[in-house]
Amino acid sequence: MSLRIVVTVKYVPDATGDRHFADDLTVDRDDVDGLLSELDEYAVEQALQISENSDDDVEVTVLTVGPEDAKDALRKALSMGADKAIHVEDDDLHGTDVMGTSLVLAKAIEKAGFDLVISGMASTDGTAGVIPALLAERLGVPQVTLLSEVSVEDGTVKGRRDGDAASEQLEAALPAVVSVTDQSGEARYPSFKGIMAAKKKPVESWDLSDLDIEAEEVGLEGAWTKVEAAAERPARTAGTIVKDEGEGGKQLAEFLAGQKFI
Amino acid sequence: MAEVLVYVDHVDGAVRKPTLELLTLARRVGEPVAVALGKGAADTAATLAEHGATRVLTHDAAEYADYLVVPKVDALQAAYEAVSPAAVLVPSSAEGKEIAARLALRIGSGIITDAVDLEAGDEGPVATQSVFAASFTTKSRVSKGTPVITVKPNSAAVEAAPAAGAVEALSVTFSDQATGTKVTGRTARESTGRPELTEAAIVVSGGRGVNGAENFGIIEALADSLGAAVGASRAAVDAGWYPHTNQVGQTGKSVSPQLYIANGISGAIQHRAGMQTSKTIVAINKDAEAPIFDLVDYGVVGDLFDVVPQLTEEIKTRKG
Repeated sequence: MSLRIVVTVKYVPDATGDRHFADDLTVDRDDVDGLLSELDEYAVEQALQISENSDDDVEVTVLTVGPEDAKDALRKALSMGADKAIHVEDDDLHGTDVMGTSLVLAKAIEKAGFDLVISGMASTDGTAGVIPALLAERLGVPQVTLLSEVSVEDGTVKGRRDGDAASEQLEAALPAVVSVTDQSGEARYPSFKGIMAAKKKPVESWDLSDLDIEAEEVGLEGAWTKVEAAAERPARTAGTIVKDEGEGGKQLAEFLAGQKFI
Repeated sequence: MAEVLVYVDHVDGAVRKPTLELLTLARRVGEPVAVALGKGAADTAATLAEHGATRVLTHDAAEYADYLVVPKVDALQAAYEAVSPAAVLVPSSAEGKEIAARLALRIGSGIITDAVDLEAGDEGPVATQSVFAASFTTKSRVSKGTPVITVKPNSAAVEAAPAAGAVEALSVTFSDQATGTKVTGRTARESTGRPELTEAAIVVSGGRGVNGAENFGIIEALADSLGAAVGASRAAVDAGWYPHTNQVGQTGKSVSPQLYIANGISGAIQHRAGMQTSKTIVAINKDAEAPIFDLVDYGVVGDLFDVVPQLTEEIKTRKG
């Protein structure tokens, strides 16, 4: 038996940088350093753990859609221990929305071949959290999403989904799409050996023609949504700050009463 | 006037507040037609009618509880086909977003998630979103198909607007995918008696400075004095001091209450992403340099173990 896992990862602008929009109202990727989305590290980690806990022959492929720099995200995942990487890069992809991105990912996943897709719960830039559900819909396989625990055995994926009202145990037959939360387990740091080994691992580059996708289906023009305006939130007016000298709690209560919260 | 589908989030017939907010927003773009599924679906009708639903489409089947997400997508799609609405609105819960996304793809429509406001526009509804840890505000619209939009809790004040709310049985045929992911077990979360975090008007949160699970009692006591929900920073959750379901921030819940009180929270960007749109922000922190103080309307530089109990006592005294 063998198990093919594809982990979708995203190269995102660093959240601690000064993120803003370009003139065409897409995310400006030039002014802020990018990195592997932190939430996708959990997906890579779970793929590696499934691989390590399996008696089967498991192959972990990391997949990203993005510009040249996005290779950095793949390299990080490879240095953590993934076996190979696929980079879908095409100038026509600029400005693609979630629908277009899910199309490209789904076509690439099908081309790569898969038994299990693992994604992070959301990207740290767009934060929509809909790609895993869209992939399941496009691939016609079960979605087993937002898991804080995941395991694979005998062609079945099991997991725990912690919702607002209840914690649910889920189960689906492979092939399936899984997404994991930040509660699924700390992601490992790449070792020096892992970093050196990553340099030798294969990274395939595909463009839209490799995936039989027309330029009109993706990109800003092909997007099914349109951002019409983006404005920086006005800076908050400076608040009152007091030092506690024994009456801090009472002073704060006075403020809250003045604001009619008490 | 065009009809607008509103997906109803309810627990055994009790409608959750974000759905009522959604009905208020829906009335700006059309006549709300509510879709309520699962156990107690028909019991939602009176509340929905009171808040503007002209029709309430209901359907119950074991599939909604026994399988994940897809049965609800099938039902919403059936409602979409029966009504041909001008827009579909869904609460922005984790499940709501998944349902909305799959529906949008099936009907060939664009999707906007996590809207914080909604207005009628010349070319369809215009949604406001708060992005990049709430440092930017965008206005977007769906340019293909029927707009599918998910809206965050606390995005509108609930307004009553009595309407007919005629209950109609929805006819649903489940797809082959509906039974793909089985729910094999379910443990209900124990109720704390406090308001739901994302819906609460006041949120009192604790972070690293709380320094231990046992100390969260003083945070809870403050919350209870104000009738507030309790939140926690990722540091506090990762340390095991408070449950993940109460985590406020980028990877937890985003909250937008009238009042947010941050206790012992430094205010890292990941936390700010989840609370920066709160109307009034208050912080208590020992470190005068903590970035949270850049956001506050009122801040106290001091030891939370002194300030919080004093605040709680003073609130109790004032409330009599």
